Amino acid sequence: MQHKGHPVSTSLTSPAAPLAQPGSGQSRPPARRPWFSASWADRLFAALARGAALLTLALLLGVLVSLVIGAWPAIAQYGLGFLTSTAWDPVQNEYGGLVMVYGTLATSLIALLIAVPVSFGIALFLTELSPTWLKRPLGTAIELLAAVPSIVYGMWGLMVFGPILATWVQQPLQALFKGVPVLGALVAGPPVGIGILAAGIILAIMIIPFIASVMRDMFEVTPPLLKESAYGLGATTWEVMWKVVLPYTKSGVLGGVMLGLGRALGETMAVTFVIGNMNQLNSLSVFEAANSITSALANEFAEAGEGLHQASLIYLGLVLFFITFVVLSASKLLLSRLQKGEGARA
Amino acid sequence: MTTSQKLLSAATLAQTRQARFAARKRLNQVALALSLAAMAFGVFWLVWILWETLRLGLSGLSLSLFTEMTPPPNEAGGLANALFGSGVMVLLATFVGTPIGILAGVYLAEYGRHGALAGSTRFVNDILLSAPSIVIGLFVYTVVVARFKSFSGWAGVLALALIVIPVVIRTTENMLLLVPASLREAAYALGTPKWKVITLVTLRAARAGVITGVLLAVARIAGETAPLLFTALNNQFWNADLSKPMASLPVTIFKFAMSPYENWQQLAWAAVFLITVAVLGLNILARVLTRQK
Repeated sequence: MQHKGHPVSTSLTSPAAPLAQPGSGQSRPPARRPWFSASWADRLFAALARGAALLTLALLLGVLVSLVIGAWPAIAQYGLGFLTSTAWDPVQNEYGGLVMVYGTLATSLIALLIAVPVSFGIALFLTELSPTWLKRPLGTAIELLAAVPSIVYGMWGLMVFGPILATWVQQPLQALFKGVPVLGALVAGPPVGIGILAAGIILAIMIIPFIASVMRDMFEVTPPLLKESAYGLGATTWEVMWKVVLPYTKSGVLGGVMLGLGRALGETMAVTFVIGNMNQLNSLSVFEAANSITSALANEFAEAGEGLHQASLIYLGLVLFFITFVVLSASKLLLSRLQKGEGARA
Repeated sequence: MTTSQKLLSAATLAQTRQARFAARKRLNQVALALSLAAMAFGVFWLVWILWETLRLGLSGLSLSLFTEMTPPPNEAGGLANALFGSGVMVLLATFVGTPIGILAGVYLAEYGRHGALAGSTRFVNDILLSAPSIVIGLFVYTVVVARFKSFSGWAGVLALALIVIPVVIRTTENMLLLVPASLREAAYALGTPKWKVITLVTLRAARAGVITGVLLAVARIAGETAPLLFTALNNQFWNADLSKPMASLPVTIFKFAMSPYENWQQLAWAAVFLITVAVLGLNILARVLTRQK
């Protein structure tokens, strides 16, 4: 059982090395049956691998089922009306999720508004403009943005970024738009730095690496012939990107945007630090402190007593899981063409 | 007369052409400048965040950080229990999650490939990879914590392990698919059973990539806070008993940073520094490993 594997395994480390040396093939006696049959081990291993794959499927199902069970008291009590009610009052034991759902959607929308154009610019730079020697370090730098733990973003956002945002962005904006109808309302409220806008900006920084790297990969697999034809007709770099490459890769680009959106919706710690954690929906101002699904969970869940409060929080988690599931599925379907032959990316 | 008109129109045509060309060129320059600005924008945040982490974290570094427990407000102390808790939970979660992830990755690359089970596993796995980690925390809470009526280190380990699995599956499958088929065929031709081909040939050939995946998974869970908030909770004291609530670095940062106490915030910055160094270090190590391959 042992000696059969050996000649192979020595040459493994260098896949290029020839596996079988002609001439060294002295004939062995037919393999002795090992003490337990090879087919048995084979079947066991296959079953283990299959079991692990099934476990992953079961995990998703388990998450779904356990959330539905945990949220059931709240689902039975409020039904879908939970999503349109702004009541959130643990004292009166009265719950509605609109404030949190709004907070989650608003912050993610701001994040997308910032992150999508910036990511496009970064991908354009990395594929068309950057000198070759800079491509790798710059690409790595952007990808490292995704590696920074979200708690670090949160801490930095609360202590460093928030105050700067208040002084240098919010106060000037308020002064500028004072009295202007819609814009004035958007920037009303105390300019303290933390709130929906701060959360949206930090989310944008966090999802830029995901969107940018998908876009870059898409742009890189665009057939050179296509680009060269456009250049040959006298198109500028911008025209090639905007009128040829982008239309050609649009489904993949959209998939990348959806991936970023999925990330933004589910991001917890960074948002919890900077959103202000206030259950209000009185003004449309992006400067107001608010609450998101994830921040409500992070702040209240461990202290929530069993019963309707906890069930309502789990209901919120279920809503979040459902939304991200839909968004990420869409992203996956849009990207599935690209997935083949993709290298390591986590 | 006609010729001069022709000449004139030709001249204006050339002129408008020139103007349009100039406009296109200008647009191109503006767009490329904006692209450069976007790149600078991205790098700017990374540099700023790292700089602040360094500036505010380094000053809090001292030996007592590693030897003393997390203190009550306004007293001196360290992060020893949080560091220990994080270390233990990350290590155990990696040990639990990695074999499952590798086995499932093997299934996707070597067994299922085009089957329905592999297809749906791949789909679900990619969703789990980006799914909100706080939902994983909720799941473990309802399954483990609510059942045993106690927050515990084990629940934290389970939550982190569930985050390790998708990362390892994705990298393992990708790396196995890169192993040339001729290698497998050569091993089969020698009469090697399939499980040996996989463990001794393909997995070994893909070793560097698989290790990279595990490193990335460790880096991911080392900074995860959300799934620990209501599984392992927190603990102010030294605790090596995994059936009790356990402190961890990220949760400690969360608690300390949101507090008004100066010394807690100082400790939080030191902890942020330690986590950032560890996580970015692991990421860079993982990159170096795959590049050498």
